Amino acid sequence: MSATASAIAAPQVLAQGAQGTIDVPAIQYSALSPILIVFGVALAGVLVDAFAPARARRGIQPLLAAAGFVAAFVAVVLLHARRQVLAAGALAIDGPALFLEGAILLFALLAVLLVAERRLDSSGGAIVASAAITPGSPGATAQRSSAAVQTEAYPLMAFSVAGMLLFVSSNTLLIMFVALEILSLPLYLLAGLARRRRLLSQEAAMKYFLLGAFSSAFFIYGLAFIYGYAGSVSLGRIADAAGTVGANDTYLYLGVALLGIGLFFKVGAAPFHSWTPDVYQGSPTPITAFMAAGTKVAAFGALLRLFYVAFGGLRWDWRPIVWIIAILTMVVGAVLALTQRDIKRMLAYSAIAHAGFLLTGLAAANSDGLSGSLFYLVAYGFTTIATFALVTLVRTADGEASDLSQWQGLGRRSPLLAGIFAFLLLALAGIPLTSGFTGKFAVFEAAIAGDATPLVVVALVTSAIAAFFYVRVIVLMFFQEPGADGPIIVTRPTLTYAAVGIGAVVTLLLGVAPQPLLDLAGTAATSGFVR
Amino acid sequence: MNPANYLILAALLFTIGAVGVLLRRNAIVVFMCVELMLNAANLTLVTFSRINGTLDGQIMAFFVMVVAAAEVVIGLAIILTIFRTRRSASVDDVNLLKY
Repeated sequence: MSATASAIAAPQVLAQGAQGTIDVPAIQYSALSPILIVFGVALAGVLVDAFAPARARRGIQPLLAAAGFVAAFVAVVLLHARRQVLAAGALAIDGPALFLEGAILLFALLAVLLVAERRLDSSGGAIVASAAITPGSPGATAQRSSAAVQTEAYPLMAFSVAGMLLFVSSNTLLIMFVALEILSLPLYLLAGLARRRRLLSQEAAMKYFLLGAFSSAFFIYGLAFIYGYAGSVSLGRIADAAGTVGANDTYLYLGVALLGIGLFFKVGAAPFHSWTPDVYQGSPTPITAFMAAGTKVAAFGALLRLFYVAFGGLRWDWRPIVWIIAILTMVVGAVLALTQRDIKRMLAYSAIAHAGFLLTGLAAANSDGLSGSLFYLVAYGFTTIATFALVTLVRTADGEASDLSQWQGLGRRSPLLAGIFAFLLLALAGIPLTSGFTGKFAVFEAAIAGDATPLVVVALVTSAIAAFFYVRVIVLMFFQEPGADGPIIVTRPTLTYAAVGIGAVVTLLLGVAPQPLLDLAGTAATSGFVR
Repeated sequence: MNPANYLILAALLFTIGAVGVLLRRNAIVVFMCVELMLNAANLTLVTFSRINGTLDGQIMAFFVMVVAAAEVVIGLAIILTIFRTRRSASVDDVNLLKY
C-alpha cells in the first residue's frame, strides 16, 4: 500500500532532485485492521508450520486460523460505520466493502471447521498427508491412512482470505490486481491437496492455475489500457475521465472488455466457466466449499465496485454485454447440470447458474441491484458451504460417494442427513421459506425495476430447469432402495455437523425472517461506494 | 520515434502469447506464453507511462514483475508434481476430469 503511495509521490521526488524525501501518506491502520489481522495470522501460521512439532501443529493451526478470522470479524463489526478512502486512495472502506468482508470472514470460519475435521474416516481428514509424495509410489498407499496432514493448508487459506478482503475494498485497479493474485495463488495450491483421488486433485490444480494465470494476464492488459486512457488506475479518476469526451475511446472500451474477462473468469460466468466443474470436482471438498462461497463473494464484490464506481457512467455500453453473459451463464449452468452424474460436478454447474442469477443484479445497475446482490451472496454462501459439508459426510469405502447412484436411498439410511440435504437443495433451487427464494426475489425485483425484465424471464425459466436436477437428487435419496455399495454415514464428525447445522439454520432464518439482513444490505448499499 | 509503435508491438506479443496458450500442448510452454502476455502488458504500461508523462505506469510494471515471479513459483511447483506423477507435462494427458 505504501508502495502505491510512493507511485503517486514519485514524480515529486524526481522534481526535488537530491533531497530524496518521499511524502509518506498517513495510513489509518485501525480501518485496515481486518485485513492486517488476517495477514498477521497467515504469517504466524507459516512460522508455526516451520517451528512447531508436527503433532502440535495439527492442533495449533486450526485454532490460530479460527481465532484470527473471529478477531477480524469483530474488527469489521467495530468498523461498521466507517466510510473513508485510505492509503492515498488505494483502499476504500465503505458499506459494501465492510458487508462483504464480514461475509467472507464468516465463510472462512465455517471452511476452517470443515478442513479441521479429522473424524471422517480412519485417516486424518480431507487434506493430504504429504503433497510431495507421488501417487502410485510405494509411500502413497501408506499416506492415505497416515495421521499426518499438510497443515500448510491453514496459512494458505488465511493468505487467500486476506486477498479476498483486499479485493472487495480495493479502490485502484493495481491493488485489485495484486489482491486477485493474493487470493488466487494459494487457492491453486489448495486445489491440489486432496487426500484421496490425488490424480484428480493435481489435475484440478494444474487446470485452475493455467486458466487462472491466463485470465489474470487479460486483467493486467486491461489495466494497462485503462491507465493509457485515464492516466490513472484509481477508480474515481477513471470515472471522471470516462465522463468526458476523449479522443481515445478505443483504449477505454478495450480496457473494460479485458478487465471484464478477468473478473468474469473469477466468478465463473460463461463462456469463461470451463474451469469451474473440473476444479470443484478435483479439489478437497472443504476447499471446494471455501472456494465456492469465498471466491464468489470476493469476485462479485470487485465486479460490482468496478462496474458501479469506475464504469458507472458507461452503463449503457456495458449493460448489453452483461445481459448476454448473464443469459449464457444461466442457460449453460442449468442445462449442463442436468447431464451430470457426479454430485460435486452437478453442484459446480449449479454454482455457474447462480453466478448468472447474480449477474442479473449487476445488470439492474441500480442501488436495489447492489443490495439484492449483497444479500444473495451471503445467502448463497451459507447454503453452498453447508451443501459441500454434507457431501463430505456421505462416503463409501474409498472416500466420498461422488457418483449420484451411490446417494440412492440415503433417506432410508439416515433420514436426518438426507432431510437437511433436501432442504439445502431446495434453497439452491429457490423454493419459498428458504434464503434462496429471498435472494432471488431481491435481485429479480431490482432487475425489473432496472428495465431488465427479459433477463428476469430467462432467469425464471432457467430456475425451473435447475429445480429439476435438484429434485432429481431428492427423489433419488428418498424414493429408491439403497444399493449394495450404498453410502456409509460417518459417526460423530462434530465440526462438520456444526458447519452443516450453522449453514442450514442460516438458510432457514434468511428464508423465514430475512428482514434484518435485508436492512443491513440496504444500509450498506444506499450509503454506496466511496471513491 | 512514435510511441504508438510500441503499443502495436505489445499487442502483437500479447496475441502471440494468447494464441500460444490455446494451441501449445506442453504445460511449461503454455505457462511461458502466459508470461509473454504479462510482459506485453508491462510494455504497454511503460509505453503509456511515456505517452501520459507520469511515472505510475513504470512502477506498476514492477508490481506485475513481482506478481509474475510469485506465479512462477506456484506454477512450476504444480507442473512439477504433475510431471513426477505422469512423466509428461502435456496438457492433453491431464484428462481425467471432463464433461
